[in-house]
Amino acid sequence: MSEVKEKILNEEDQKISVESGEGASDNVLEVKHLCKYFPIKAGLFGRVVGHVHAVEDVSFTLKRGTTMGLVGESGCGKTTIGKTILDLTPKTSGEVIFNGNVHLDKMSSKELRAFRPKIQIIFQDPYSSLSPRLPVGEIIGEAVREHNLVPPEEFDDYITRIMEACGLHDYQKDRYPHEFSGGQRQRICIARAVALNPDFIVCDEPVSALDVSIQAQIINLLEDLQEKFNLTYLFISHDLSVVQHISDTVGVMYLGNMVEYASKEEIFANPLHPYTQALFSAIPVPDPTIKMNRIILEGSIPSPSNPPSGCKFHTRCRNCKGVCRKMAPRTMDMGNGHTVACHIYDPESGYATEEESKPEE
Amino acid sequence: MSKKDTNFISAREARKISKENNKILKKLDGRLSRKNVPESEYLTTMKDPGNVVEFDDLHTYFFTDVGTVHAVDGVSFNVPAGKTVGIVGESGCGKSVTSLSLMQLLQRPTGQIVSGEIRLNLGDKAYDVAKMPIDAMRNIRGNVVSMIFQEPMTSLNPVFRIGFQLDEVIKLHNTGMSDEEVKQRSIDAIKMVGIPDAEGIYSRYPHELSGGMRQRIVIAMALVCNPRVIIADEPTTALDVTIQAQILELLRKLKGEINASIMLITHDLGVIAEMADYVVVMYAGRVVEKGLANEVFLDPRHPYTIGLMESKPVINKKVDRLYSIPGSVPNPINMPDYCYFRDRCEKCVARCEGKYPPECHVTDTHIVSCWRYFDETKGGTGR
Repeated sequence: MSEVKEKILNEEDQKISVESGEGASDNVLEVKHLCKYFPIKAGLFGRVVGHVHAVEDVSFTLKRGTTMGLVGESGCGKTTIGKTILDLTPKTSGEVIFNGNVHLDKMSSKELRAFRPKIQIIFQDPYSSLSPRLPVGEIIGEAVREHNLVPPEEFDDYITRIMEACGLHDYQKDRYPHEFSGGQRQRICIARAVALNPDFIVCDEPVSALDVSIQAQIINLLEDLQEKFNLTYLFISHDLSVVQHISDTVGVMYLGNMVEYASKEEIFANPLHPYTQALFSAIPVPDPTIKMNRIILEGSIPSPSNPPSGCKFHTRCRNCKGVCRKMAPRTMDMGNGHTVACHIYDPESGYATEEESKPEE
Repeated sequence: MSKKDTNFISAREARKISKENNKILKKLDGRLSRKNVPESEYLTTMKDPGNVVEFDDLHTYFFTDVGTVHAVDGVSFNVPAGKTVGIVGESGCGKSVTSLSLMQLLQRPTGQIVSGEIRLNLGDKAYDVAKMPIDAMRNIRGNVVSMIFQEPMTSLNPVFRIGFQLDEVIKLHNTGMSDEEVKQRSIDAIKMVGIPDAEGIYSRYPHELSGGMRQRIVIAMALVCNPRVIIADEPTTALDVTIQAQILELLRKLKGEINASIMLITHDLGVIAEMADYVVVMYAGRVVEKGLANEVFLDPRHPYTIGLMESKPVINKKVDRLYSIPGSVPNPINMPDYCYFRDRCEKCVARCEGKYPPECHVTDTHIVSCWRYFDETKGGTGR
């Protein structure tokens, strides 16, 4: 208990030091105009015939100790963002800056290796992301030993402490992953990430594969750990209710673009982009007395290898006008850190003056 | 902690279990495999002619080499005509096995209906599905009861065209139809599920369609013979939230058009609240609570139902910390005799030490299996 208190005290100190302008480490992560294209190869010689625009011009910043939720339909590039940030797939262009001055792509492999423990990822599927041949203690401790984070004589105690913090028991150290249930395995994945004492963790749909009651346990665990270790999360999920619960800021993705970004309170109270509105209205509410005024989107998400011209959402948008088909919208700042990429909110786009027009199809 | 030892089974024990299983299964499976069984053997009468399906004390067991798994252990509920019944519970609680029992699609020979009745109303007569032999069941599947599966990709055959797969169902159940009529009916079915270019889709392959489209085709396939009951087993779990909204809207619309009952199986309480008229909450193979949707959602009684509702974050409802039900689902082999939820329950009373609680009628339709309501409801039998 006292340890936790100490941590919190340290945290407060840190906040003060940041406020007094001591360092740029206020932002754990800055992403500027990040792009990631995957080449489509065809023919005998693997000629590049096109690109899948998985992530296009995405920018955001993430403050220390906060959680950013990233939501969107499958195939919209959420996971690719997570992987590109960690340099698990090299980015095409743009900048990813950690702690104010760390650029992963400019590092030598030695420096990169030293920095790796600070940035971790928790994968979606706890069944396939754990090696079936390693005992749990080794899964959690392998990287700790590799990076010499704790002296060898304290190693066992350290792993025990981490396991207990994640709701696992000491005696489970010698067991293998197949002996655990889904929720327990996700705890192992979380323990593996937390053991390296990271600053920043990408949580890639950590609760999607779990049952409802187990989901709650894992979400609570993530929140506890965040408080205890002052972690920063990028929480990728398609479940909006989970994102609303855990996040401080929310980014909504559609087909590689971030269409809206704001604080949680702001975006759920006042969603601006038509896609966000449709997405939010589609969530089923467990209360039979509420009759939702639902916006049903027609069709499905277009192919990212051949995205629609202009605004990528125009094929499914209720408010589509001529300008939406011709011109890509700019990202507008609506105040309070609320940004939206839609012509409706851009006075210069000519959307407001244009006549209502039906889609061409 | 000698937790490990409780699940351990020696080779000798396993052999013994397997030998006993073989004996039981030979008897049970032999009954189903018989040919030319007279109809009178599985004819029955509905308790309430307004119901399409009545599950009455259904027991479905899996006889495995490590022991008998009581996947469904005394489940009773009704599916009224033209209504949607939502079955909710965690994975492994037996909700899918209940529906597979109705279709007799259990994995043979290990999975068997051991006792109980599943009465299926065919209008002029009623069958007991639990006693029906396999060849008679063929006329029921797809025709009277049909199923929409969770994964739209795996429930369509990738090597046949969509049209072929739809035609197959129609031809099987309408032997007198000409090929043109069959094709027309398939195309009508595709149109009915809201796909614009029906003729084009008819000659496409499943991989050419998106997830939502495929799920529409699976729904069309389930509806093409105008079934009386549609079992939708997690129909939207694999889909995105916007596509989920489309599919739910479609199911609701179609239910009105063809006047079928839907058994909706899901773990998403939101989907249930939106679609279902009746809700059945299952836990570890038994029904812990059932009732009208309004009753169960607005006045949940069983601690498990309450826990389930509190553990799900709800949009625009702020909680600092999610409730999580302590512990996990008990091992389905060797289930205890007391209330299965007792070890995880925070609201235990002295009576919980005793046997499994009886059904307590909170209202005429709202039934909960929990000792806490035993006295309140005058000994469980209700009014």
